[in-house]
Amino acid sequence: MSDTLIFSMEVFLNGLMAGVLYALVALGFVLIYKASGIFNYAQGVMALFAALTLVGIMDGQVPFSHLINAALGTDIHHFGWHVPAFIGIILSMGVMVILAWIVQKVIFRHLVGQEPIILFMATIGLAYFMEGLGDIMWGSDIKKLDVGLPQGINIAIDEATYGIFGYGFFIDNLDIVATIIAALLVGVLVIFSQYTKQGRAMRAVADDHQAALSVGINLNFIWVMVWSVAGFVALVAGIMWGTKSGVQFSLSLIALKALPVLMLGGFTSIPGAIVGGLIIGVGEKMFEFLIGPMIGGATENWFAYVLALIFLVFRPQGLFGEKIIERV
Amino acid sequence: MFYREAGDFKTSYQEDNQTFPIKFDRYRYYAVLFVAFAVIPFMINDYWVNAIFLPFLIYSIAAIGLNILVGYTGQVSLGTGGFMAVGAYAVYKLMTAFPEVSILIHVVLAGGITAIVGMLFGLPSLRIKGFYLAVATLAAQFFLVWLFNRVPWFYNYSASGQISAPERTVAGIPVTGANTEAWAPYLVCLVFVTLSALIARNLTRGAVGRRWMAIRDMDIAAEIIGVNPLTAKLTAFGVSSFFVGIAGALFFAVYLGAVEVGEAFGINKSFLVLFMIIIGGLGSIFGSFAGAAFLVLLPVFLKNVLVGTLGWPTDLAAHLEFMIVGGLIITFLIAEPHGLAQLWRVAKEKLRLWPFPY
Repeated sequence: MSDTLIFSMEVFLNGLMAGVLYALVALGFVLIYKASGIFNYAQGVMALFAALTLVGIMDGQVPFSHLINAALGTDIHHFGWHVPAFIGIILSMGVMVILAWIVQKVIFRHLVGQEPIILFMATIGLAYFMEGLGDIMWGSDIKKLDVGLPQGINIAIDEATYGIFGYGFFIDNLDIVATIIAALLVGVLVIFSQYTKQGRAMRAVADDHQAALSVGINLNFIWVMVWSVAGFVALVAGIMWGTKSGVQFSLSLIALKALPVLMLGGFTSIPGAIVGGLIIGVGEKMFEFLIGPMIGGATENWFAYVLALIFLVFRPQGLFGEKIIERV
Repeated sequence: MFYREAGDFKTSYQEDNQTFPIKFDRYRYYAVLFVAFAVIPFMINDYWVNAIFLPFLIYSIAAIGLNILVGYTGQVSLGTGGFMAVGAYAVYKLMTAFPEVSILIHVVLAGGITAIVGMLFGLPSLRIKGFYLAVATLAAQFFLVWLFNRVPWFYNYSASGQISAPERTVAGIPVTGANTEAWAPYLVCLVFVTLSALIARNLTRGAVGRRWMAIRDMDIAAEIIGVNPLTAKLTAFGVSSFFVGIAGALFFAVYLGAVEVGEAFGINKSFLVLFMIIIGGLGSIFGSFAGAAFLVLLPVFLKNVLVGTLGWPTDLAAHLEFMIVGGLIITFLIAEPHGLAQLWRVAKEKLRLWPFPY
């Protein structure tokens, strides 16, 4: 077998793994969009915020210490304790739920019935706000996140492929874990939305606000719940990406990576988010590998967008999205 | 009390159709122009020009351009940074290729080139709507920035990958490069701003602008009453990109002098200009100015108060700025979706009646 083909296979596999991570972020978007019609640009920043909070809690940082020090002239940094990862994750989840509640109460309750594009712009504002808040609360330096996930090259795959092709594939353990977790997460979400009372209520709200209201579903509660679930997905995505490349500002840019995934898969479809993520992940890695060197490299920044753009011209609702019907 | 139209009688259609039908408005407008052209140039120094006036004027042009697309035509674009980059690189290539031609002509040509690029990226708007389109314009943003970063022809194979503006003169006075007097670049930008605002204002209140607004309010209905969505949307993209391109060209050539594309024209620039028109007021030329002024002055103000007066670290001030801008966006969208321009209108309405209740 030729070298290029073997390399391509490795790139393909890595692309699949990257795609899973994109899909993970995209899932958060789809959830909120389906239930409330809000296209939440802040999802990426939520992941960053969740990861920052987790690190902050685990290290026992004092929130807003930077601000307090500057305003009062004190010098405080840490409480001096360390919290185990498991408890840290639960506490972070609590913070995300509170955040969801505030977001719903302060912002989106006042914007019910506005045009989708206004809501979209509001989430951009929210993204900016949370970016500043995260930095002020926990400081803007790059942090290491370690919740005990395995990292580094997977020896078993390396040896197995070496036996077959005479070349060991480099697959990161973390990517494998991420794939498994993403699969689990999707399973849990599907079960939640299909078989639980709250999940059904959520789908009802997504279908028709008025009808849901008239059968006695508490809209406010459902929306807080949806934002909490999105916060949970953001936390998982934040942990994965944070472990991979450190908790830093660029984490919030994964939202920009997830947007073309959504366009490709359709905004309203959970399977679409996953398939779209895989297509984009594989597509951009293969494009960079095969064609990138010819045109100057670093094509990953735009390839996904251009692919999604071309795709949308032919199918405006994405792969699995609901058909867009317009009435006058 | 201060604001009266009583006694302001019109005797011809021309008078009725003028941009400022109320005398008070008209004189205020002349007064502002007079101050801007004849008073400020004598009073400013380098700090004022570089910290406030140049960014304000240039962002005003960009905001007017984006407002035509977002505020008047309802096509949300997140590719402003990319289109500004097109203007900047177009003017750079033109300046270095044809040094003998006036820079003013180059800037206008750069706007024209950007208009063509903008129309090209506007083509998908015929198929895609709403935020699908908003996301699709991100493709323009990322692709264009990548293009200018990676293709050496655009930056004349310079080693740093940066472009820097050579010195060019207008009527013998340098307006770009290192040896400029504070007032010269200011006046150049001011001329472009005045012309842009004039053109934009007249376009938006004419037939073209009505078509744009019809598309914004409901595209299907607009199509039924005979507005061609193809030409309406593409002209909006074209005109909008034209202004944005001019802003990009001035931003590079007159204001910064040297730029690195990812830094100067990244996605944040797109958001910044979008925020300007949200805060200033969607669908209002005055709003573009108000928003640009607001978001140019806010960081300067915060820096002076927090860093200068309170002595806080700069990074903290920068983060606070993020929070304040984000919070303001949300506040405006909730409380006053038409932005500062609407507040201004309300104030005018009040002043017309004051001190009487009605």
